[in-house]
Amino acid sequence: MSSRDSILRDLRRNAPTLSPLPTVPAGVEYDDPQRQFEEVFTSVGGRCVHVPDAAALKAQVASLDVYANARTIASLVDAIDSRNLDPATIADPHQLADVDVAVLPAEFRVAENGAVWIPGSALGPNRAVFVIAQYLVIVLNASEIVSNMHQAYERVQIERPGFGLFLSGPSKTADIEQSLVIGAHGARSCTLFLVGSP
Amino acid sequence: MSSHPEKASAFLTDEPRAHWHDQSVWFVRVKRDRQAKMIPEWEQLRETAAGIKSHTISRMAEYLEEFEKNATANGIHVHWARDAAEHNEIVYRILADHAVTRLVKSKSMLTEECDMNPYLEERGIEVVDTDLGERIMQFLHQPPSHIVMPAIHLKREEIGELFHIKLGTTKGASDPNYLTEAARGHLREKFLAAQAGLTGVNFAIAETGGVVVCTNEGNADMGTSLPPLHIACMGVEKIIPGTHELGVFLRLLARSATGQPVTTYTSHFHGPVRDGEMHVVIVDNGRSAILNSKEHRRILSCIRCAACANTCPVYRRSGGYSYDYTIPGPIGSLLAPLRDLRKYSTLPYACSLCSSCTDVCPVKIDLHHELYTMRQEVVKQGILPLHKRIAMAAMRWVMSVPWAYRMAGKLMRWLVPRLPRALVYSKLNTWGRQRELPPMPKKSFRELLKEERS
Repeated sequence: MSSRDSILRDLRRNAPTLSPLPTVPAGVEYDDPQRQFEEVFTSVGGRCVHVPDAAALKAQVASLDVYANARTIASLVDAIDSRNLDPATIADPHQLADVDVAVLPAEFRVAENGAVWIPGSALGPNRAVFVIAQYLVIVLNASEIVSNMHQAYERVQIERPGFGLFLSGPSKTADIEQSLVIGAHGARSCTLFLVGSP
Repeated sequence: MSSHPEKASAFLTDEPRAHWHDQSVWFVRVKRDRQAKMIPEWEQLRETAAGIKSHTISRMAEYLEEFEKNATANGIHVHWARDAAEHNEIVYRILADHAVTRLVKSKSMLTEECDMNPYLEERGIEVVDTDLGERIMQFLHQPPSHIVMPAIHLKREEIGELFHIKLGTTKGASDPNYLTEAARGHLREKFLAAQAGLTGVNFAIAETGGVVVCTNEGNADMGTSLPPLHIACMGVEKIIPGTHELGVFLRLLARSATGQPVTTYTSHFHGPVRDGEMHVVIVDNGRSAILNSKEHRRILSCIRCAACANTCPVYRRSGGYSYDYTIPGPIGSLLAPLRDLRKYSTLPYACSLCSSCTDVCPVKIDLHHELYTMRQEVVKQGILPLHKRIAMAAMRWVMSVPWAYRMAGKLMRWLVPRLPRALVYSKLNTWGRQRELPPMPKKSFRELLKEERS
């Protein structure tokens, strides 16, 4: 008998009587989900910038220090230009090793935990871009917000096959004496541009 | 046999350090409380999570089959391993087939359980742990002392000295920012050079045939998006029905583990990178046997957040190594004896039955009850140490024979104050090693009651 079959046989044989699957409760709703999101996102080391439209977005992103000083920029947002590299035409993710700033679109955000959902298809041919870049700029329509993770999974379209992630702020670690250090392996900062009115 | 009391007293010889360890771990418990209080439906969420796990445990085979079918449709290769040895063989075979000699790994307690690193290293594969805490422990050739914070027992100066030797950082430098930056540079080279990435699995979703991995550092994402080969290793109990259930667990996991609202990266892997391959190895290694235990099957609900360890007065004051098992803390005190009751017979006693672990467990495992039950197993198997067996037998006789009970009480009240201290606090009285006995009362409760009534 294969290991697969013997494992499944034992799991069946040893299973207790069927216990019903509970329904998932409704989660917390916030009076002001925008504020809740911003509070949490800031507390985990991120920064929110509000811009009225695409033109303002372009100007504001351009004025960011990390963007202005970057040698290599990989943008997957139409309104923002890449620099010295076109992420859409790169064949090997290792070519992204020197990316200073990645500009990525997100689909929506979650108020309760300050996370944004980024589908894999928004990351271009090499999903490594979101984690290998030194700094992250995320662009999102301000109105795309849910209160909690239950609502989030009502919205999430899992790409199959594919990839997707909830991202909440810059990369961090507290593995040395629990001192919080921003910039472990991934982005050293994470700036979120919220476009339009919420 | 492994002895928790012996290892714990070794840890406690350095009192200031033991105190520091206690405080640092407690700090995480406090952060957890803060996060839990921000969610009004927290208790209901725990209840739901426990219910989902009970349901999933009752039809694990069906969900795993569904997962396999959907994962395969996503282009993921699914493997099954009966035990640790088969798990290691499967991983090695996949790596060998792709001529991999450089592997980067993100945190996986399962591969620790299977002792995978030495197995692969003996076969010529460089295995690099990429979680900062795990890399520190790998440099030291020691196992993690905590499942979420592997190097929680080390001081920054010790890590500074280690990095000076291993990474050439400035001697005497111990600033966490500086040390982390050095590790970032070192590990980036490893990520870029790796031919394969291996991860654990936080949740495997039957409905969609994918796995979810949560990290703060981003190491799982670096390790799986640069090399073309991703291997994810999971115990059978990681399976959950669907994404709606996933939402429940993600709300609980990071809040319970580190007191964060959510981890920085919550990555949903439903297929390989472009032109790459993804493999999932599903491992039993004793789990189906735990499923057969009516008393203990609930521990298969565990989502490895370590909240039970962070709150445990014994863990905090005895350190992870005192458990001598891959998973320390209250949950480990159950998992270890289930693997080898004789070897780990002291672990169910590394507990004051205070029930704090049960109170914080996000999936409501009744840990302290289970530890109590496990003690009964130890007694039934006859592996309690001789002095405890004699003491228990004597106690049982005294407690069940009224005149003996009265006599014993009288004798103790008269004798103990007259005995020399060296005798009362002799080696036999382990209880008295760190504590004073209470003063002997003049009269028994029975005598007092008699007087009261006359």
